[in-house]
Amino acid sequence: MNAPPPPPTGTARRGAHAAVRHDSAVGHVTGRAVYLDDMPLPPNTLEAALVLSTHPHARLRGIDLSAALAVPGVVAAITADDIPGRNDIGPILRDEPALAAGVAEYAGHPIAAVAADTLEAAREGAARVVVDYEPLPTVLTVEEALEHKLYVAPPQIMTRGDPDAALVAAPIRLSGEVRCGGQDHFYLEGQIAIAIPGEDRDMQVYSSTQHPTEVQHGVAHLLGLPFNQVTVEVRRMGGAFGGKESQATIIAGIAAVLAAKSGRPVKLRLARDDDMLATGKRHPFLIRYDVGIDAEGRILALDMMLAADAGNIADLTPPVVTRALCHVDNCYWLPHVRVTGLACKTHKVSNTAFRGFGGPQGMLAIEALVDDVARHLRLPADTVRARNFYGVGRNNVTPYGMTVEDNIIERVTGELARAVDLPGWRAAVDAFNAKSPVVKKGLATVPVKFGISFNLPTLNQAGALVHVYTDGSVHLNHGGTEMGQGLFVKVAQVVAEAFSIDVSMIRISATSTGKVPNTSATAASSGSDLNGMAALNAAQTIRGRMAEVMAERFAVPVEEIAFDDGRVFARNESLAFGELAQLCWSRRVSLSSTGFYRTPKIHWDAATCTGRPFFYFTYGAAAAEVAIDTLTGELRVLRAELLQDCGASLNPAIDLGQIEGAFVQGMGWLTSEELWWDPSGALRTHGPSTYKIPGSRDVPPVFNARLLADAPNREATVFRSKAVGEPPLMLALSVWLAIRDAVASVGPVGAKVELDAPATPTRVLAAVERIRVCEIL
Amino acid sequence: MAAVRFTLNGRPVAEERVPPTTTLLDYLRGTRRLTGTKEGCAEGDCGACTVAVARPDGGWQAVNSCLMLLPQVDGTAVVTVEGLAAADGTLHQVQQALVETDATQCGFCTPGFAMAMFAFQHGGEPAEDDRIHEALAGNLCRCTGYRPIVDACRRIAGIAPTTVPTAGIAPASETFGDDGHRFFAPSTLADLTALVERYPDAWLLGGGTDLGLAVTKQRQRPTVVISTSRVPELKRITVTDDALEFGGAVTYTEALPHLDAAFPSFAALVRRIGSRQIRNLGTLAGNLANASPIGDTPPCLMALDAEIVLRSATGQRRIPADRFITGYRQTALRPGEVIEAIRIPPLRAGQRFVAYKLSKRFDQDISAVVAAFRVTTKAGTLSDLRAFYGGMAATTARAAAVEAALTGQLWTSASLAGIDAAVARDFAPLDDQRATASYRLAAAANLLRRLVAETSDDPAPVRLEAL
Ligand SMILES: Cc1cc2nc3c(=O)[nH]c(=O)nc-3n(C[C@@H](O)[C@@H](O)[C@H](O)COP(=O)(O)OP(=O)(O)OC[C@H]3O[C@@H](n4cnc5c(N)ncnc54)[C@H](O)[C@@H]3O)c2cc1C
Ligand code: FES
Ligand code: FES
Repeated sequence: MNAPPPPPTGTARRGAHAAVRHDSAVGHVTGRAVYLDDMPLPPNTLEAALVLSTHPHARLRGIDLSAALAVPGVVAAITADDIPGRNDIGPILRDEPALAAGVAEYAGHPIAAVAADTLEAAREGAARVVVDYEPLPTVLTVEEALEHKLYVAPPQIMTRGDPDAALVAAPIRLSGEVRCGGQDHFYLEGQIAIAIPGEDRDMQVYSSTQHPTEVQHGVAHLLGLPFNQVTVEVRRMGGAFGGKESQATIIAGIAAVLAAKSGRPVKLRLARDDDMLATGKRHPFLIRYDVGIDAEGRILALDMMLAADAGNIADLTPPVVTRALCHVDNCYWLPHVRVTGLACKTHKVSNTAFRGFGGPQGMLAIEALVDDVARHLRLPADTVRARNFYGVGRNNVTPYGMTVEDNIIERVTGELARAVDLPGWRAAVDAFNAKSPVVKKGLATVPVKFGISFNLPTLNQAGALVHVYTDGSVHLNHGGTEMGQGLFVKVAQVVAEAFSIDVSMIRISATSTGKVPNTSATAASSGSDLNGMAALNAAQTIRGRMAEVMAERFAVPVEEIAFDDGRVFARNESLAFGELAQLCWSRRVSLSSTGFYRTPKIHWDAATCTGRPFFYFTYGAAAAEVAIDTLTGELRVLRAELLQDCGASLNPAIDLGQIEGAFVQGMGWLTSEELWWDPSGALRTHGPSTYKIPGSRDVPPVFNARLLADAPNREATVFRSKAVGEPPLMLALSVWLAIRDAVASVGPVGAKVELDAPATPTRVLAAVERIRVCEIL
Repeated sequence: MAAVRFTLNGRPVAEERVPPTTTLLDYLRGTRRLTGTKEGCAEGDCGACTVAVARPDGGWQAVNSCLMLLPQVDGTAVVTVEGLAAADGTLHQVQQALVETDATQCGFCTPGFAMAMFAFQHGGEPAEDDRIHEALAGNLCRCTGYRPIVDACRRIAGIAPTTVPTAGIAPASETFGDDGHRFFAPSTLADLTALVERYPDAWLLGGGTDLGLAVTKQRQRPTVVISTSRVPELKRITVTDDALEFGGAVTYTEALPHLDAAFPSFAALVRRIGSRQIRNLGTLAGNLANASPIGDTPPCLMALDAEIVLRSATGQRRIPADRFITGYRQTALRPGEVIEAIRIPPLRAGQRFVAYKLSKRFDQDISAVVAAFRVTTKAGTLSDLRAFYGGMAATTARAAAVEAALTGQLWTSASLAGIDAAVARDFAPLDDQRATASYRLAAAANLLRRLVAETSDDPAPVRLEAL
């Protein structure tokens, strides 16, 4: 693949903490950055297309490929029967066939695939495949699944104390139900993979994936090959957001089977509709709670059910539910608590990872509850929040038994409240509402505490590979993948810092299973924490060797060797970094090293849902103002103020982009992005014409995002930075809560707002109409 | 048959081999290997495929290359993201601005944004938020949250743009393709109607913003396509005392200044149809002929009591707009007929026209409900009402019971007591992905409440747009 142009060189050396631009920025704006679909390929490469089930649940009595094979240009067509190895690419449970075998379990389920000389012929061929369906009974809603106890994985229950007794003893008891919808990732670059057969059944795969190792394993299973015969590479993705964590394996797997069958390179790029129909999304949740409180709004006991719509198979649902359970507390001390997480099986596409990974749904649950409690008690929601915040030194153990050691909730919420003059803002909103009968404003804040590390300790490891060449230029490789989040430049900054050279001397290279093996997905916001540390480890190894050569050459103790600003010093003597590299080579000292990192301190007992799953927490707070039209349910977000803890940010420019982007994405989840299945079980929102992600006008006209200053991570992360990819998404809950606040303004004081997410005009208008006629007892 | 000739990034191109139903996007990425232009959706909604096409007046307009058929660019100049930077590699201002504001993350949307900004900058528009959002409404970014992109747009607004070679080639041919697939671009109305008569199964192509989807989404490959876009009679816009008349190939972009002057509420609605990319191609006649129940302009044209001028090889006839659409995607067009013009009578004293659109997203979304009203009041009483809705039935539909309930009443909110019942008599809408039936009924009635508030002397409650 084409290499990206080097970042522009500045005057000062740029290492850790510098606001270095994205390494591919110039490639992006010129169109020279190469994505998979742009790669020049061998002329005999085939294009491929999928055949998707039109039934949500049906026995596949027969699949007739003959009409497809008769289309001029069609070279190969496959069903599950053509898979030479094991038809399973499940990331956790062995339940995920790459192509439906015998039974299709959702409308959109890939059943067959066709490869042809041209994309047009492949798609024509796919359209001509005749499938004989025998429709079977369907379960399309979480409610039905709950009723029949249909789960893709066993229930997970997290308990502390005696919630039943504490509920009975509580002075006030409230219960409620709230739902949140799913979310399509809508990465601008759809799913794509290219499989190129090599010698001796080797398979080279280019995949737009966050998890090259899983693609490697999936392809190997499907082809019946040892892992060492499959190499997976990815330079960049055009967005991923979790949608290319496990889902990319399906695409790459099918491409590889077609390539193996035809003996020719195969590119499988999904049309947008197929992408949205066939691949998983964020989990919708149904939430029910029973809470015991005192008159001041302190939560004394909580019993909550979180039921995730898993879709047809487990995929990543079990850990998504775990993370949801681990974030139901958000920032609040819950003395007696039971949270039950259910992974409901429905005949819809299997839901998967999406930025936040269950965290947003868990936090939405508790924030809806806090909102209900505050309205019931006629207290400001922020007062109720503050009364329930985790303490320092007391009331500081999460429901899963982890002590919150790095609590800065009050600092973060306090700084935000002061910066935006919350009381004045509230007064302005109330004054507006008093004079405006139709358009109503709402204001709300939300605090966020998000745990960093994969819940499963094993996944918290990373590898890297660093070479220094004899001119002092550095080649960097690691297991993390670049999807736009700026991971590559951040890790390059870490290596630059280690050698005290400018980041422009580091050449970033494509992620490949052949260079760094056995990697984890780039997910859980952990990319720079893990890969940055692994790369640092590699760089420090080389630096140590270089220092020894320097010490020997100038006969000074190695402790006195200093790397500074592109040079290496031994008392009064110095060499340019490149000169020392040359010297090392001539003295036969290795300038290459792997690096490895595993996150310390973490452990997790899945059976009891207890442990210390997170190395640390990140914190944030947001305030948002919205306006709704009470005649039409239309909505505008007018202002958002965000404050996000990034520790000692590795790159404030990149982190700011993550904060803003995550917030707007979260806003979309909670407002305009609605997945709609018709009563037959077909998804009818499968393109941007029907599925509405935010556009530029939807971004609040007053939009300020800030990084928390002077807040180095207490834990020894890479240069004391903190992860940033997911946490700010949850700041968007402030928007949803502000909509509820606006709705509340048309009802009697104390009335409960019944509003699910996403807050589409339909839901907002319904909520307004409900609260208007609501009577307070 | 002749080659499609145009300039591509300043260089003349003559393309003979490509089938005329090839999209401009596939041609650029496939044949020319200009892979900077991306496919994000192939339905005109994401903007990743945006390129700029030179207008006859020398300006540039952004279009979705995924919806354009290659012969549609014959005789024009096309610039893609590869054509922006100078030969020595110096970035164009729009590119430099995007770099400097950290406006790229994954970068997949970026080329499309760069081209939309390029067209915006060439339009010489001010750095006003409203204009910027209008210019960017056709481009989606999933990574950045847009703030830096909007900042980049502000930076380049109003500064003299670095020029890019145009050297447009005058249209030279009227027939493209081969015997299997033909594309005609006639240059007189007589030639057009003769072709339409000769090829009764041909596609009559306006801007192709509906028909293009049949190519990309349903893989239809018509054997004959006849384009209206070069027929001067159909490009005409005539303003007289008794009508504002738009020819049958007038695009939304071309119509907008006239709508702004005559019917600002109609213009505001049109600005919410698709995006600039769509409006630069899409035509009013196409929206009408498409006869979709959720088309935005039919309710307006019907409420305004417009007249549709139909032309065939044998003559001309005129029918009222409210009799043009005869069923779900069916029209009064007879074989051999085209829409020659749409004639909108001006508002008389005491008349007001108001249109409303409700959708999940403000910009570039299809209406859940669209409503258009022509209100005639005399001394505080409603003397006449024409009320038409989209999204409430299988076609654009008249709200006859609503009209009857209100006509003759005082034009105040007090007259609206029975309005929900009247709306329910008029319509039995469906649940779908855009809204529920109950929402549609409630909102349709509430739009009348908004209408009265906005057009009577009641103290007007604001709309969100007014904030
Ligand atoms: C991304 C996107 C967003 C959109 N958003 C909206 C929206 O918000 N609101 C809305 O209403 N529409 C919307 N549309 C549809 C809208 O763009 C079209 O309806 C457009 O107006 C059709 O005009 P056209 O010239 O492109 O038609 P074409 O696609 O060229 O043709 C459409 C139909 O009209 C016929 N036709 C065209 N010209 C004539 C003529 N002179 N005489 C007789 N028949 C003719 C054609 O034969 C064809 O049947 C959107 C489309 C896209 C792709
Ligand atoms: S590819 Fe999305 S608008 Fe053309
Ligand atoms: S930068 Fe990724 S979609 Fe815009």
